[in-house]
Amino acid sequence: MGTAAVSDSQGSRFGMWLFLYSEIMLFGALFILYAAYFLKYQSGFAAGGSELDLTLGTANTLILLTSSFAVASSLAAVQKGSMKLSGAFLLSAIVLGMVFLGIKYFEWSHKISAGIYPGSAAFKAADPAGHGRIIFYNLYFTMTGIHAVHVTIGLIVLMITFAFTASGRISRDNHALLENAGLYWHLVDILWIFIFPMLYLIA
Amino acid sequence: MSQEPSYLEHTSSLQRRGILSWLLTTDHKRIALMYMWALMFWFTAAVFLGLTMRTELMKAGETLFGAETYNALFTLHGVIMVFLFIIPGIPAIFGNFFIPIQIGAKDVFFPRLNLLTWYLYILGGILAIVSLFVKGLPDTGWTFYVPFSIKTEREISLALIAVFILGMSSMLTGLNFITTIHRLRRREMGWFQIPLFTWSVYASSWVQLLATPIIAMTLLIVVFERFFGAGLFDPSRGGDPLLYQHLFWMYSHPAVYIMILPGMGIISEIFPVFSRKSIFGYKAIVAASMAIAVVGSLVWAHHMFVSGMSDTAILVFSLLTYLVAIPSAVKVFSWVSTMYRGSVQMSPPLLFGLCFVYLFSIGGLTGLVLGSAGTNVHVHDTQFVVAHFHFVMFGGAGFAFFGGLHYWWPKMFGRMYSFKRAYAGIFMLTAGFMLHYMPMFVLGMQGMPRRYYDYLPVYEPGNFLAGIGAYIMAAGIMVIFINLIISLKKGEQAPANPWGGVTLEWQIQSPPTVHNFTADPEIGEYPYDFTRLNKNREKEK
Repeated sequence: MGTAAVSDSQGSRFGMWLFLYSEIMLFGALFILYAAYFLKYQSGFAAGGSELDLTLGTANTLILLTSSFAVASSLAAVQKGSMKLSGAFLLSAIVLGMVFLGIKYFEWSHKISAGIYPGSAAFKAADPAGHGRIIFYNLYFTMTGIHAVHVTIGLIVLMITFAFTASGRISRDNHALLENAGLYWHLVDILWIFIFPMLYLIA
Repeated sequence: MSQEPSYLEHTSSLQRRGILSWLLTTDHKRIALMYMWALMFWFTAAVFLGLTMRTELMKAGETLFGAETYNALFTLHGVIMVFLFIIPGIPAIFGNFFIPIQIGAKDVFFPRLNLLTWYLYILGGILAIVSLFVKGLPDTGWTFYVPFSIKTEREISLALIAVFILGMSSMLTGLNFITTIHRLRRREMGWFQIPLFTWSVYASSWVQLLATPIIAMTLLIVVFERFFGAGLFDPSRGGDPLLYQHLFWMYSHPAVYIMILPGMGIISEIFPVFSRKSIFGYKAIVAASMAIAVVGSLVWAHHMFVSGMSDTAILVFSLLTYLVAIPSAVKVFSWVSTMYRGSVQMSPPLLFGLCFVYLFSIGGLTGLVLGSAGTNVHVHDTQFVVAHFHFVMFGGAGFAFFGGLHYWWPKMFGRMYSFKRAYAGIFMLTAGFMLHYMPMFVLGMQGMPRRYYDYLPVYEPGNFLAGIGAYIMAAGIMVIFINLIISLKKGEQAPANPWGGVTLEWQIQSPPTVHNFTADPEIGEYPYDFTRLNKNREKEK
């Protein structure tokens, strides 16, 4: 009898899950705003949504899903003991995450050059009557922006994890960090699964 | 029992000396003490701010300073008391110190994360203060309502980021406690063998974990509004300022339960020990804690009855507000019933407990006046509200905090304090408290609004009395603090179990050793079984 060991991996995974709940609540606040405004400005949201590039959005969804799959495979590889394969999977997940951010950057700069960004005077003038489109794009920038911050944090975590697999600190018997990094990356993915239809498919 | 070196003398594994052995410690007990000194500093500062406000209000007209300074004072008082004292207060000090001990563990589950939360807390505190003086004194009140918080020229963004960081600190503390209670509990300790203090911090940790992110995001959006003019709360861009209030109270009302639940836990520890009787309704108290955590998260909009809401919404939120009164009352009756036919032994912690029950009941019942939509409209934003929430926050959470301080002080520092001075302090504090806040109920009913530095002459007697009460109260707090500080130098050595408690912290020496337990603790069938105490005494004979 006695207390469980402090380095117990089940416990750190438990802590990670708690953290993920809090992340969901963080985005929950945005989803509440979205719901309230969608009820008020349905046509404005439809107009805004139809102007987003569905191809790029779909591509990004596929990229993030594939990247999530790669992280899951990397964990499976570690459990089977093949560290090289695991590292390769992780690296491809990281690259895909970067591609996601690149496409996001392209989309954002496209919109901003068209005068669509929060606080833009031209944008406000173009839409004098209904404010729905303005709110839609404000939500678009806030939601995708905060999601992109999470992708960036996730990428940093994955890079640290990659360095640890390379140096052997993550191994077949000790892969709690990889598991937790994977959980975080899946969360980033799941959030996108919700954000994507809310913004791109609303039209 | 031979005394082993305690955590105060002996550093944990890293073998650092001097100040670094504190600043880099991962020992939950040392972190708790670091929190304690920081919190005491903020508490004292905020008490003085409050005292200055009440001095200004003692006489009608501008006496000490005008409206601008008064706005700054109530903002600072509110921000410091809410975000830097009450919310972190009991969990960060007593939770950190005693949860691992009460469940028989060596430390919390994530010791390094625990230290990080302390640094986040300090950073948040510093940022808050810096922000408040960058561009003149703050003037938004602790609620940061839009559109004023977006329009004002004062430095609000930094203050919001400070609150964000403080929120993160408290959220991670909650995460740490939940994991600790789940994973590090002794295997022989089942869920219904956990002491009630740990239970109530567990309940409030869930609220911390799930509610804090909402305000974090809300405040971030206000920062975006200030930097980029995003307009999510700005009507000229289609936003709705009311949504800010909803999101703000979605966190800030549950935060009230983050403040009070751990306090209720302390009271649930004190009553059985000083009645030498098992707590009445252990499972009912546990269920009430969880019920308060759940239902308390669904009542936020009762802060907004006059902000503009549909009648249906008002009805629902009013009803839910009434529902929270039920588990709270279950607890109050359980504490009182615990004393019935017990062998009651008066002591400073119990006196705090008794005052708590009395003051908290007044606070709770006046809460119903506010929760009822009709009367709410009459007293909304008046001194009545101020009196109500001080009864709950200070008379409730604050008194429980002081009660806990006196209950566990001998364990934390191994010193006994003077009971005489403690009683004198409690008497002054409570008498001053009543004289201070009771007139505010009357003033509120008469229609004196809150947050004004001046008033009509008709309100002068009430405000004058309240001012006198404030000074008596502050003097009482000073007596209490001085008594405790004197005890550190001159107090008698405390025995391992000065009160005759049966939870695990009383089975180990005072102050505890670095790893808390020198031998495996005995875990009873039931955490408040006082027959064990008698058995142990017989064994010693």
